[in-house]
Amino acid sequence: MLALQILIDGFAVSALYALGATGFTLIFGVSGVLNLSHGAIMVLAAVAAWAAASMLHTDTYTGALIGVAFALIAAFATYFAVVQPIQKSKRIPNEEKEIFVLTGTLLWGIMIQELIAYFFTNNAKTVLPIVEGVVDIFGVRTPRNEIFTAIVCWLVIGLLWFLVNRTRTGKAVLAASMNPRGVTLLGLELNNIYLVVWAIYGVLAGIAGVLLGMFLGVSSYSVGPLTASAFSIVVLGGLGSVSGSLIAAFVVGYLETVTAYLISPAYRTIPALLLLVFVMYIRPQGLLGRR
Amino acid sequence: MKKIPQSPVFWSLHGLLAATALGLVTMASPQARAADSIKIGVIAEAQAIAGASIPQAAQMAADEINAKGGVDGRKIEIVTYDNHSSSADSVRAFQRAVNEDKVNIVIASYISEVVLALEPWASRLKTPFITPGAASNEISKSVHADYEKNKYTFHGYLTSAALAQSVCDAAKELLVEQKHMSSAVIMSEDAAWTKPLDVGYEECLPKVGLKVLDHIRFSPDTTDFTPIFNKIEAAKPDVIITGISHVGVQPTVQWKNQQVPIPMFGISSQATNSTFGKDTNEAANGVIYQGVSGTGVAVTPKSVPFAEGFNKRFGNYPSYAGYTAYDEVYYIADAVKRAGSTDADKLIDALEKTDWEGTIGRVQFYGKDDPFTHSIKYGKGLITGLMLQWQDGQQVAVWPKEVAKAQLKFPSFIKVTSK
Repeated sequence: MLALQILIDGFAVSALYALGATGFTLIFGVSGVLNLSHGAIMVLAAVAAWAAASMLHTDTYTGALIGVAFALIAAFATYFAVVQPIQKSKRIPNEEKEIFVLTGTLLWGIMIQELIAYFFTNNAKTVLPIVEGVVDIFGVRTPRNEIFTAIVCWLVIGLLWFLVNRTRTGKAVLAASMNPRGVTLLGLELNNIYLVVWAIYGVLAGIAGVLLGMFLGVSSYSVGPLTASAFSIVVLGGLGSVSGSLIAAFVVGYLETVTAYLISPAYRTIPALLLLVFVMYIRPQGLLGRR
Repeated sequence: MKKIPQSPVFWSLHGLLAATALGLVTMASPQARAADSIKIGVIAEAQAIAGASIPQAAQMAADEINAKGGVDGRKIEIVTYDNHSSSADSVRAFQRAVNEDKVNIVIASYISEVVLALEPWASRLKTPFITPGAASNEISKSVHADYEKNKYTFHGYLTSAALAQSVCDAAKELLVEQKHMSSAVIMSEDAAWTKPLDVGYEECLPKVGLKVLDHIRFSPDTTDFTPIFNKIEAAKPDVIITGISHVGVQPTVQWKNQQVPIPMFGISSQATNSTFGKDTNEAANGVIYQGVSGTGVAVTPKSVPFAEGFNKRFGNYPSYAGYTAYDEVYYIADAVKRAGSTDADKLIDALEKTDWEGTIGRVQFYGKDDPFTHSIKYGKGLITGLMLQWQDGQQVAVWPKEVAKAQLKFPSFIKVTSK
């Protein structure tokens, strides 16, 4: 009974982690950007969905769409206002650009976080679930919303796989992640590929944020922990490797759930962090990393 | 005459400018800016719902007192500081309030960790200090332990011990006598204020007839409460007794989404906010929480006019710490009047003799010999607290009988045992 409970709860949380981390790792894989405003963009999506539903009285679907739209806008804003100016700057030496992007996106994330706290307070908000009620799975009372979350996460990840491996645009993105110079030699505009990747990222982060808002709820305090959890999942899985991130998301999700059930909810995150340190010792490139 | 913007930034800027005696004009009359106004520093959490009401309520009380001529002709001036919920920021604000802005007394914070960090600074800087919302027993126990050193601190809200007692008193009538409940699981966040609260719960719940089956403490940054609720459910209690403040929205929403069939009853600070229903998408319905006040509840004749006036002015109802902060400005003014001075020692003497009917009841402080020196007294005829329940999106008083407006009412997924 307890095992089944852990299996079900862990699955939903892991699927959500996986979706959250996928966009983060994709951006790094293709354009080498570690976007530390990731958590802020997810929270922004959830808060926008909440605000649309409770202040503008839109229905749940419209609210969720508004949330995703806000994340998309925020992703482009991050790219155009923070990342691109740093990458194009002639005054920042090339070898320092990565650290500038890291700092720039971190500060950008803090700005978004403070704005959310200023306008909507730092109290938690929850997005009204699209499906309500509970179902009984072999004696485990499971919210329908939890099942819905897991299904949507896998659908979106599946769509992403299809996009990357089966469409022309996707193949260009894949090629850019392998060899950016080669792509430009083939006559493809690298800037356009980056735009596509940031758009995909915005949609992924937006969906993950809205689902998180429905499943667990978010507040401006969640910004830091969300970025940190995406970061550690991606490092564990191997920077830039989407399949590595998926595996790592499930390892972390289940490790946390097992700890919460069998040891104490107070120590939930500790074993996953210890594992991360351990993996860094024996395999610094992460589980499936290639860099 | 300069234009006066009404943003929070303005209030802090205002403090600064006033302090450097630039003589900016406020809403009060020109004579109001007498050279020796009574200055009250207000340090609070501007971004948290509970904290945001503190400076607003204090300003409202000051404006009312000033409109009636002030205290013996002296006007009250509120100087506010945002502490970003941080102890370090609060200490800096306290130092600045005393050393640069020359305030006479400070009202600060609803977070116990912050108040405990400020307590030694009140002693070092010899400036009286009252908290409108923190609960830890340690605040007033320290005053008792070393009175000469810590006498500057006053605890203007109920101690955790009194809060636990208030919950138990209500549980006896509402749960044991009315619903014939006999067992409970305590669920509380790991924070300074819940340590003594849990000790109080463990002691008084069995006395009123609720056997404590389990006791779950969790980290305040918990987001997924599924394992916690499952663990509680496995123990099969009749009720969950809560001790939560840093969290509130998330456990409540997950309690409803997972249809945990056990009612929640106890301290849930975020549930006291009038926006809690909206923040939880009405998952709050059924939650029973302790408060010192409630919208529309006439604890004293002053409660409802204050809440309505506050809503009219700021567009939302005050948090619990708003009520206490409002009262504090009034009884500080009363103490200054009786002391005839803002000298710290004289002010402390006068504050100790406070007997003030405010918005949450009759305020008196425990004396030197009581273990909770300088904490407000709990009991009938003084302050007993209330129990309220979220019903159909409204906060409704259910205890004590004198102010109760409805019977307990639960959402359909709750199974109330009637043995």
